[in-house]
Amino acid sequence: MPETPSKPAPAAGAPAAPAEVHFTVNGHTLAAAPGTLLIEACRAANIEIPSFCYYPKLSLQAACRMCLVEVEKIPKLQTACTTVVAEGMVVHTETPTVHAARKSAIEFILTNHPLDCPVCDAGGECELQDMTFRYGAAVSRFDEPKRHRDEQQWSPVVYYDRPRCILCYRCVRVCGEGMDVWALGVGNRGILSTILPNHQDHLECEECGMCIDICPVGALTSGAYRYQTRPWEMQHVGAICAFCGDGCKTTLGVRNGVILRGDNRDKNGINGDFLCVKGRYGTDFTRHPERLKSPLVRDASGELRPVSWAYALETITDRWRGIQAAHGQFGVIGSTRCSNEESYQLQKLARRVLGTNHVDHHRSADFPALFDALAQPAGAAAQPLPQLADSGALKTAKAVLLVGGDPTQEHPLLAWNLRWAHRLAGASLYVLNRRDIRLRRQARRMALLTHGTEADAVRYLAAPQRGDPPQAELTAVSPPGDKRWPQTPPSTPQPIPGGLEEFRAELAQERDVIIVFGPELTGDAVQALVRFGASLPGHTRYIAMADNANSRGAADMGLYPDLLPGYLPVADGAARAHFAAAWGGDIPAAPGWNQRQMVEAVDRRELDALYVVGANPFRLDPVNAANLKSCFLVVQDLFLTETAQAADVVLPALSLYEKSGTVTNTCGEVQSQRRGGSFEGAKTDMEIIHALARLLGADFGRPDADRVFSEIRAQVNGYDVSLVQLMAGRGALAVPRDGAAPRQAAPQMIRPNHDSLFTAGTLGRYSATLNAVLEKHSRP
Amino acid sequence: MAERPAYPAAHPAEVRVVSQRFGDPRAATLAGYLDTGGYQALGKALGLNGGEAMAPEAIIEEVKKSSLRGRGGAGFPTGLKWSFIPKGGDKPKYVLCNADESEPGTCKDRLILEHDPFAIIEGITIAGRAIGAQRGFIYIRGEYRYVLDIMQRALAEAYAAGYLGANIRGSGFSFDILAHTGAGAYECGEESALMESLEGKRGIPRLKPPFPAISGLYGCPTVINNVETLASVPPIILRGGDWFLNIGLPKNGGPRLFSLSGQVQNRGVYELPLGFPLRRLIEEVGGGVLGGSLKAVVPGGSSTPIFTAEEALGLNLDYDSVGKAGSFLGSGGVVVINDRTCMVRFALRVMQFYRHESCGWCVPCREGTNWLQLALTRFHRGDGRPEDVDLFTDVAQNILGRTLCPLGDAAAMPILSIVRKFRSEFEDHLHGRPCPFAAESSAVPVA
Amino acid sequence: MSVFSPATRDRFERLAASYPQPRSALVPMLLYAQDELGYLPPEAIAEIAALLGETELAVREVIGYYSMLRTAPAGRYHVQVCTNISCMLRGGEEVLAHCQRRLGIHNRQTTPDGMFSIEEVECMGACAWAPALQVNYDFHQELDPAKVDEILEKYRRQG
Ligand SMILES: Cc1cc2nc3c(=O)[nH]c(=O)nc-3n(C[C@H](O)[C@H](O)[C@H](O)COP(=O)(O)O)c2cc1C
Ligand code: SF4
Ligand code: SF4
Ligand code: SF4
Ligand code: FES
Ligand code: FES
Repeated sequence: MPETPSKPAPAAGAPAAPAEVHFTVNGHTLAAAPGTLLIEACRAANIEIPSFCYYPKLSLQAACRMCLVEVEKIPKLQTACTTVVAEGMVVHTETPTVHAARKSAIEFILTNHPLDCPVCDAGGECELQDMTFRYGAAVSRFDEPKRHRDEQQWSPVVYYDRPRCILCYRCVRVCGEGMDVWALGVGNRGILSTILPNHQDHLECEECGMCIDICPVGALTSGAYRYQTRPWEMQHVGAICAFCGDGCKTTLGVRNGVILRGDNRDKNGINGDFLCVKGRYGTDFTRHPERLKSPLVRDASGELRPVSWAYALETITDRWRGIQAAHGQFGVIGSTRCSNEESYQLQKLARRVLGTNHVDHHRSADFPALFDALAQPAGAAAQPLPQLADSGALKTAKAVLLVGGDPTQEHPLLAWNLRWAHRLAGASLYVLNRRDIRLRRQARRMALLTHGTEADAVRYLAAPQRGDPPQAELTAVSPPGDKRWPQTPPSTPQPIPGGLEEFRAELAQERDVIIVFGPELTGDAVQALVRFGASLPGHTRYIAMADNANSRGAADMGLYPDLLPGYLPVADGAARAHFAAAWGGDIPAAPGWNQRQMVEAVDRRELDALYVVGANPFRLDPVNAANLKSCFLVVQDLFLTETAQAADVVLPALSLYEKSGTVTNTCGEVQSQRRGGSFEGAKTDMEIIHALARLLGADFGRPDADRVFSEIRAQVNGYDVSLVQLMAGRGALAVPRDGAAPRQAAPQMIRPNHDSLFTAGTLGRYSATLNAVLEKHSRP
Repeated sequence: MAERPAYPAAHPAEVRVVSQRFGDPRAATLAGYLDTGGYQALGKALGLNGGEAMAPEAIIEEVKKSSLRGRGGAGFPTGLKWSFIPKGGDKPKYVLCNADESEPGTCKDRLILEHDPFAIIEGITIAGRAIGAQRGFIYIRGEYRYVLDIMQRALAEAYAAGYLGANIRGSGFSFDILAHTGAGAYECGEESALMESLEGKRGIPRLKPPFPAISGLYGCPTVINNVETLASVPPIILRGGDWFLNIGLPKNGGPRLFSLSGQVQNRGVYELPLGFPLRRLIEEVGGGVLGGSLKAVVPGGSSTPIFTAEEALGLNLDYDSVGKAGSFLGSGGVVVINDRTCMVRFALRVMQFYRHESCGWCVPCREGTNWLQLALTRFHRGDGRPEDVDLFTDVAQNILGRTLCPLGDAAAMPILSIVRKFRSEFEDHLHGRPCPFAAESSAVPVA
Repeated sequence: MSVFSPATRDRFERLAASYPQPRSALVPMLLYAQDELGYLPPEAIAEIAALLGETELAVREVIGYYSMLRTAPAGRYHVQVCTNISCMLRGGEEVLAHCQRRLGIHNRQTTPDGMFSIEEVECMGACAWAPALQVNYDFHQELDPAKVDEILEKYRRQG
């Protein structure tokens, strides 16, 4: 089949195409843009056209023949999925002939399809089942032996059952065209045709499960979920993925509070059709046997022993009160996987109740530097920064500059959107990187740095007259049609003296560029990037890539030693006064310690209490266990992490999937979710924070996410987002007002994880599926 | 130790145009080809022999005038097809010679390829000149390996003598031809599947539009013609379109090759004027039915609806007459069936072929041919049920007109016509009765 | 290390270069590879994929489509008997049955000594000279049982 969607060719030499063509379907006059497929035009007008092989934005197949309709003046029935609307076209979709054709298509498909829906894993969410019910015949006239083939396991997550396969080729296309992995193909011919995995009897691929998701029947099923339950026995709860910073919506399948699967059932999140291996299969960390079920307190013998919640909380607040009384130092390290409300309340607890600005989180992108750089010159009126792009903007971008990072591994949704823009919108992608990342395959131009860093290169792009250019080899694009994965052999990069010069010249031809940058750029390199962006024609917009599900939220909510929520400087009296009024209490004026400084203070025995919420700082900044003795350590987490193992008190927390609240993705899209699963013995971080505050005499009110979010909307720069949009399940872009953020003192604190597709810090380590995948992929 | 078909002396009723050199050993070499009038047409087209070169439009005009219609199956007017190729443009253009000959009952292109390879090369070159192409490909079915060898030798000779390659014989026109082998797939005879196959892919047909004239091989404008069609071009250019037209009937120019096979005395490949009576082909040229009396005739290869003896004997073999009678002249494969042949078994064997050759891409063809083959097998075995007979028609009707490419129709049409015209034979198989023809094998051994 | 002879390898490289797009050479290459090796083992598939810059999957997809290509060995003499209509009407099925009897194997089987294999095939363009069979690429036409015996015997003697 043609590998690209056959774009209807405009009539050669025709005058400028009209804005709309008019045609008739079942007597109704409809209008659509020229080039629109009949099936899309009908669906837009709520005229139903059944289909199997058609899938929006994937290449056309004309294979299932389910969408046949009558078009006047054409003797044969036509496939609505490949017919382009034309002026004056007269279409009928509900005639006896059309009905008969649909019925027969179903009958044909069922001739070799098992009729055992009750035991099929897709039973209840099968398009064939639905269509048979609506368009099929009651009885089958096929009375010959069916072919049998055993089910095959292709990977830890992918199983294929040939007899159920209706050969719609959706899986093949989504893996190739959508994922650019090309791991699936079609083997044999005729009635023996079958879907093939790329390595004879198994798959070597990204394990994204997109093929499973897109399969209309039960031919591809997921190892992580299959046969555990039936769709109608689960509740389906929309959640935001707890893994990377892109904020995909994943729908949790929950039975009796247990999260049995994640999938992309409704496809109405910011991620559209997309979900990666983590979002889909990583949810099983919630069921890991080592999850903490009870608070633990270290007893006299030095062992962590299970205790009651009341006892644990009192143990903590007793100690804290003592330290307060002695004017001791408190440190608080927050999470990149808690909700915005929790991060906000946590820093409030630190600043207002514990009286400390020693607040931080594990940073992986320099958001303050970006907002600072985008700020208008001093004196200009504060206004929202229009230079931020949301993830969806990538899909329609005309040109994208990607500096650093490796979205394919670290930001799968952004990578999906970039590929989308390349494939469907003809976007020009420019890549600047030290590594030969896979998105080179979609790049119009790649500057592969052979010496120097991305930061050097960006500084050079911004101010070429200064200094020697970092050396870049310009390597263009892969040969068209190349399907190799994971590596595409380098297309012999040519070392071009002044390669960056050429790169810059090409970029200068583009308009309205979206610049996406990774953690390689911090501090003044971000400033330089924005200067360069400002020199490009049109309206340049930015996306900074941070690691985790709520890394951006942690930053926005003020988990910084020197920044209050909304990037307002702690040192700024007016900003302090604003929050002091909102919180009913004073905020210390001096900026505090960052995470590393806090750990160093532990080592100097200068930190008396450290409260760690959903983070594992000792993995990054190890401490000497002996020095911990003088620091009262409280850790609140799902698992006994390295940090938790050293704690005096450990509190079992619920995961992001088990709580309501909002999270903000790396682009700044705020999304809200409702509690999906539950877990006996653990509490939400917010419940814990509120309880601790109450015991210390501060009333944070009911631990209710909506209530706290109202406060955030009212108080935090950029968070006055549209509730309507939020309630509709869409992302609402949080746009800080400019002029606010001061230079960050410590760009070296940007320490990305460089997660791969299959790793995800603590959560990943406790996901059985991700571990199985990882194990398979690390075998030689 | 392979065998070549012996080519019998011409039958007096024949008009030998593309078969003019059949059996003539001289045609195997370029020198012999030139001796027998070869390359005069290209000479005329390119103005090599002193005269003016023909304008490309003039070549197309001459072909249009000849009313040459495609000999591959669909019978599309060749000149008209060529004229669809856009003039100019910056994409290369291609001429494809379809030598995939796989339609059961058809064995004529093999003879041209074997006996007159240079005529094909000359025809492709003229076609290339006419449409502004610089490259041609001959797609030869994989089973025809010796034919590929013959063709490759001929191409090498033509290159060596400057009849191919850059600046052909100083004309300023450059043209290349490559012979390419398939590897066993009837569907690769379908034009768009052939292009996919020639691009090194599975032979899955393409969506149309775009049509090959706009986007064919490698997405470039492409003309595809059958071997015999292209081999007819040099004589047309040399002797004029009118001459060719007058051999046949209006809109049915020229003679064409008929592959006569089955239960008939003198099987073989005969070049007869279009409009030739089928009765004469069977009785006079073919020497009569073998092993019984005439029961049925397949007029144009296995995919064309079958005729009863009565229908067949009143039929003239031209595109329009056969069309009017409800079938197709197709590839010219005339298969003669005597009255000791079981039509259920015949239908089953035809369906077995289409089931095997369905590319499997689209549902009705893939599943329908399988269903019919299984059901016909059961039926012929004696496990038929009365309702099966209508089921065969129904299933075939559900394939007809609803598939991506014409293979679906090719599978459906024969069974529809066989059930309609020989229904009683189906009924004779019912109620556990053994096949009434089983006792005596109808197959006529080679005497 | 190539699994192909230097001559074949050389031929492949020339073949790939003779088309506007190298991938066009895939089907001929596979057929010639099979001619040399008897079938298409995984190493051959890998080598051809690498030569054309294609995935092995892409090559396997193509192999599965074409009925002459195989990934398991056949007999040294692969006897392909046509039973399609023109042959059937002249005894093609009897020829097939006769071959099976003579060689003691069924359709798609190989004799224990690896000498012969049998495959029932579709029309091979010999309809007017039916019934017909091909041994590897060689045609044999206008067959009857005696002639079949003669042919098989000749190949057997050839070894
Ligand atoms: C399933 C199928 C198989 C075909 N096989 C052949 C073939 O083997 N040889 C051929 O010349 N045309 C074949 N055709 C017809 C071609 O698609 C095409 O119409 C023909 O090559 C055009 O050449 P012509 O106009 O000279 O006949 C086939 C068509 C179909 C649908
Ligand atoms: S899991 Fe993803 S990468 Fe793997 S085969 Fe399926 S779609 Fe392709
Ligand atoms: S496995 Fe599923 S998606 Fe893939 S072709 Fe079969 S039915 Fe379609
Ligand atoms: S009609 Fe048959 S051969 Fe043609 S595309 Fe459909 S399945 Fe393939
Ligand atoms: S949806 Fe149109 S053919 Fe499948
Ligand atoms: S039917 Fe056997 S060769 Fe044509």
